Amino acid sequence: MSIWKYANPKQFMQTSAWALRWLVPLTAVLMVLGLVWGFFFTPPELRQGSTVKIIFLHVPSAMIGINAWLMMLVASLIWFIRRHHVSALAARAAAPIGATMTLIALITGAIWGEPMWGTWWAWDPRLTSFLILFLFYLGYMALWAAIEEPDTAADLTSVLCLVGSVFALLSRYAVNFWNQGLHQGPSLTVAQKQHVADAYWYPLMICIAGFIAFFVTLVLLRTRTEIRARRLQALLARERMG
Amino acid sequence: MQGDLDLGKYQMTVLSAWGAALVLIVALVALTLIRGAKVRRALEAAEARKGKDQ
Repeated sequence: MSIWKYANPKQFMQTSAWALRWLVPLTAVLMVLGLVWGFFFTPPELRQGSTVKIIFLHVPSAMIGINAWLMMLVASLIWFIRRHHVSALAARAAAPIGATMTLIALITGAIWGEPMWGTWWAWDPRLTSFLILFLFYLGYMALWAAIEEPDTAADLTSVLCLVGSVFALLSRYAVNFWNQGLHQGPSLTVAQKQHVADAYWYPLMICIAGFIAFFVTLVLLRTRTEIRARRLQALLARERMG
Repeated sequence: MQGDLDLGKYQMTVLSAWGAALVLIVALVALTLIRGAKVRRALEAAEARKGKDQ
């Protein structure tokens, strides 16, 4: 059984409808549990005080902001190589979610930075690459909206996605590449299990799981809408031709 | 796990960060659902017209 069968819009609609029946309640439970735990049931940190509670939104949204673009990159490559329309539409569907998550990371980071660093903003490598990533998201969505012919739009946005991937990766690794700037190193790494105390670690893990489920749920919902919109366009074009 | 909602001197900082993030998340969900419903209705109407014509 090939995974490419899901590139068939009809098959995708059937499978995603089944998956959403589980994903929607799972997302709701994880988001509510993680955010309520993080906000109401975590103690203030010794140096950061209660601002530590911002971590439960800032870290998961930043992770999704970066990884949404990488998901779009994979979908764009599939479009380039195999010309599956569902993959191009999935990339388009993911962009507003990634943009919103990147914006949340930027806003919460600025608000958190003011009392901790004494400034809302600094032209720090990670912050700057994150801002550029957000601008790439805006450009990507604008390009989709500006081009009427869907295959041409998919081609050009895929090229833009390839270029923007540099900034998605920079956003993740900027603190490692340049040993300067205000932003701390990664809070979560694979090599070292834990940089934060247990009191914050467990709700943070639930929040991250919740944000991942939230992203997958919204991508599926939005891709379904894009598939319907494509079908609607085709029907309306046929009506116009009589 | 202990309940601790004393945000202390950073109350405004924490509440504004959470408020802004939650507003954006709710807006994203609302826009997704509204556009989804709108496209779905338009498609059903177009398919019904196509069915009548055939």
